[in-house]
Order: sequence, then structure tokens, then C-alpha cells
Amino acid sequence: MASTTQLPAAPEAPVLTHGAPRQNSRRAGRRRPNLPGGLGGWLWLAVIVLPIYYVVITSLKNQAGFFATNPMLPPAEPTLDNYRLVLENDFARYFLNSVVVTLGTVIPALFVSFMAAYAIVRGKGRFVNWTNNLFLLGLAIPLHATIIPIYWMITRAHLYDTLLALILPSIAFAIPVSVLILSNFMRDVPNELFESMRLDGCSDWAMLWRLALPMTKPAVITVGIYNALHVWNGFLFPLILTQSPATRVLPLSLWTFQGEFSVNIPAVLASVVLATLPLLVLYIVARRQLISGLTAGFSK
Amino acid sequence: MTITSPDRRRVRDTGPSGWLAAPALVFFLVFAVVPLAGVVFLSFTSWDGLREIRLEGLASWTTVLTDPVTGNALMVTAKILFFSFIVQAPISLLLGVFTAGGQKYRAALAVLYFLPLLLSSAAVAIAFKALLDPNFGLGPGLQVPLLIQDWLGNSDLVLFVVVFVIAWQFVPFHTLIYQGGVRQIPTSLYEAAEIDGAGRVRQFLNITLPQLKYTIITSSTLMVVGSLAYFDLIFVLTGGGPGYSTRLLPLHMYLTGFKANDMGAASALGVILIVIGLGLALLLQRLGGKNRNDSQLEGA
Repeated sequence: MASTTQLPAAPEAPVLTHGAPRQNSRRAGRRRPNLPGGLGGWLWLAVIVLPIYYVVITSLKNQAGFFATNPMLPPAEPTLDNYRLVLENDFARYFLNSVVVTLGTVIPALFVSFMAAYAIVRGKGRFVNWTNNLFLLGLAIPLHATIIPIYWMITRAHLYDTLLALILPSIAFAIPVSVLILSNFMRDVPNELFESMRLDGCSDWAMLWRLALPMTKPAVITVGIYNALHVWNGFLFPLILTQSPATRVLPLSLWTFQGEFSVNIPAVLASVVLATLPLLVLYIVARRQLISGLTAGFSK
Repeated sequence: MTITSPDRRRVRDTGPSGWLAAPALVFFLVFAVVPLAGVVFLSFTSWDGLREIRLEGLASWTTVLTDPVTGNALMVTAKILFFSFIVQAPISLLLGVFTAGGQKYRAALAVLYFLPLLLSSAAVAIAFKALLDPNFGLGPGLQVPLLIQDWLGNSDLVLFVVVFVIAWQFVPFHTLIYQGGVRQIPTSLYEAAEIDGAGRVRQFLNITLPQLKYTIITSSTLMVVGSLAYFDLIFVLTGGGPGYSTRLLPLHMYLTGFKANDMGAASALGVILIVIGLGLALLLQRLGGKNRNDSQLEGA
């Protein structure tokens, strides 16, 4: 990690280097063009774009058109009927459920992970070390292997088929990676700043919010986005912990929709497009933040 | 910190108390550590998911270990892990180097390369199910006879289809990690090589690859450990079929527990999954050379 050795010059200095402007001219221009590289690049573009193109054009076909026309040609008369059908089938409710579960997970997870990262970086003693090691162990274990006891606990607590049933284990699963990344960034905050605040008589609580938080804000946003994407797209917990349409989240709704409208492929694909739209909008307006959140400092 | 002034050092900074880590710890203990113990306990019981849990000793373990489907699931898991690594690692590495170059067209391509990251696994699976349809999908659309196959119904082909779809979904993520890694290689190394007259291939082999060592370890660890969590994609795409040909371990665990209502056997499978995941993570860390015990995920 390159940036652990350099101290941020000012509190507002970006700790995240990803996406920051940099000298990109290394391979540009000065040399003969890289033909095999370019060829491979365009080939991979086709691999990525063809399926997306197919999904979009098919979602605009009516059912007769779907069966009659060439699958890779756009519809002669594009229609939005499929989108209307999806929206009429409670799409708004599933969307809202996803928002509730995502925010309900990410905000508490960030809050507790941030405090824990502060205690781990600044604190001393066996308890703090032990906690840190436990979280690191949590990174190596496929936590999804514990779905059966989680199902048992949730049914015992009478939380089955509630949004809280999705939120509580999701918070716990988000903690190890959040603490790891946040504490990596918090180590970059110069010790002197904490010491001088302590000399001024500041409590830990005050230092946490008035020094550590402003200094690691980009990392907090990154971790927040990373967790939000995982919860937003999560499928396994909703599958085993919820049942009724009232608690259905978007990814699960795609699956159930596919079951109900299996013959109406254009409508099923319209639901895929609609469910992806919120993230696509985010990608267009805040691509850099979203991308840095996706890798969450793995390439810091 | 070496520049602490003597009078400051007298004020002993004992660090914050560990209680700041307590909320995160409690969440993690209740919803991750307790279930971890629970999955071991439940593997020695018999439970249908509804009625009383009865202690059964080793009955579930005998069932699981003598069931040929378990061996098959392990085999499928190993195959998917191996092939998806072989396919994803070189493509992501090359694309990471490609997109880290400064050319405008590469930056534009990269924007499109990352689109699959916006889709949930359920969405990807549903899209490819339609795309791979032998009558209304890509094959008949492009009118290439070779592409007109019953991709998901042919047990010889389906495994490779699954590997391809996994690559389609996850290569962009690893490309991002490699892109971040390549951008941190000092430009001076390439300038020196240029003066020495080293060509593009030599520069890649002698500078880029060695400099990316930790990025390669990070990406490979995430790839291998992540492949134990390929549940939702395969669940929606094939449901484990045809027959048992894509029923990998996490899916086998889910189907045993929640479809066959044998939670005891499913818990035993969960324990196997945890042991494999932990073993792989430790092995990869060992392979990574020096003991990077503060994080298996940080790299670059």
C-alpha cells in the first residue's frame, strides 16, 4: 500500500487515490499503437455490450414481435407496455423495501464499524487486539455457510418475513470488511493531531467525530457505497428470510416475476432493466465515487 | 511518530477504551459467531426447519459423507473454482493494464466495461437465461449455427456456460482492482526500460507483472474465496441442473436445507464449506509470501 507512508497534508486532502487525476500519458501517443491490445479491447466490448443490447431491445418488443422477429434486431414498433406491466406489479413497493433494507443496514454498519476502527487503531490492550483478530477471521470465512442457524434464530425471534430480518444479519456481515478498510485509512491520520486534541482536553468521543471522521470521510463514503451495493443486490437472505410480497426486495422480485411471467420474456427483461436503472443513474452522475466504492480500497 | 516533543511525551496517551468497539463486536458475535457455532451444533442434530430439534449424533454426517451427491457437489465446486479462475485472472489482468493506459478510447471503453457491475446476480442470470435460449436468443439472432445450442440443458456444456457468465459478471470488478494496481507503478520504471530499448512485451513481463504481485494475490484471493459464494447466480440460472451438473456446494447446502428440509445434513455441508473456505484463505495467504497478517485483502 503506497499511501500508508505518506501523510495527508491537510484534513481535506483526499486519502483515496483511486480516480484522482493523475499523469496518464505513460503509454499514450509517444509509441506505435498497440494493435493486439486494441483488438482485444474491442472484442471484450462486444462480449460485454451484446447481452446488454439484447436485454434492452427485447424489453421494448411486444410478445408477438418477440416470437416473430430476429432476436438481435431492434423492434419495428418499440413499446413501453412491458414496463407498464412491471410497474403495475408492485415494483414501487419492492423498490422501497430495497431502499429501507439498504439504508437500514449501511448506516448502522458504518456507525459501529467506524467506532470499532477507531478503537482498534488508537486503542491498546488485549481486548482490542482480540476483537480485531476476530473481524479478520470473519473475512476468511464464507459467512453464508451459516444461513441455517441464522434462519433458526430469525424464526425464533419471530422476525421471519420482516425487513428487520434482512437488516440485522446484513449489518453483522458488513462489519469485518468495513472495519478493515476504515482502520487502514485511519492509520494514515497523523498521531500528533490526536495528541494535540487530547492536550486540549478533548474526549475520545469528540476526537472520533471532530478529527477522525473528517480525515477519513472519503473512506467512509467508499465503504458505505461498497456495502450498499452488496445489500442492494443481495439475494440469499431475502430468499431464506422473507416470503410475502410485502417484504420482497428487488433482486428477489426479479426471480418471482420470472416465475410468474415465464412466457413473457420481454416483460421479464423489462423488470431487469427497471431494477438496474437506479444504479445506472448513480453510475452516470457519480461514476468515480461508485467505482471507488466498488473496489472499496482493495486497490488502495 | 518521531517528531514528538519531549514535554508532549509526558502526557501518556493511553488510547481510547475498548468500549467503542463493543457495538460492532456485539453485532458480529450475535449474527456471525453464534451462527458459526450453531452450524456446527446443528450438524449433529436432525431438524426439518419447523418442529423440535433433536440431537442425533453423527447421523447427518454419515448421510452427507456417504451421499454421492456431496462428492459430486465438491467436484462441481472445484471445477467452477478452477475454470473461473483460469478464465478470469488473465482477462482481468490484461484489461486492467489496457484500461490503465491513458488513451481516450480506452477510457471510453472502460466506462462500458464496468456496466455489468451494476446488475445483481439475479438480473445477470435472468438476462443470460433469455440470451442463451436456443430459439429466441443470441444464436438464432446472429444466425451462427455453432451458437445455436441448448446451452443450459446440455450437461456437457452447462458448466462452461456458468463459468462464462461468472466471468462476464466478475471480470469487471477484478479489472478495476488491476487498473488501480497498474496506476501505482512508478512511471520512471517504464521510462528507464524505454531508454534501455525494452519492448512492450519485455516491459510487461519485467516491470508490470512483478510490480503487481500484491494486486495479483488480492485479486486471486477474492476470486477463489468468492467462488465459494457463487450461489444466487447459479441458483437462478440453472437451479443446479440439468441433473446435478451445476449443483455446487453452497447450492447443494441450500437445496438440502430449504427444499429437502434436512437442516441437519445442510448444516454438515455448511461446516464443510467453512472449512474449505478457511483452508483456501490460509493457503493463499501462505502462497503470498511474507505473513501479511494485518490483512489478506489489502494489496497493490
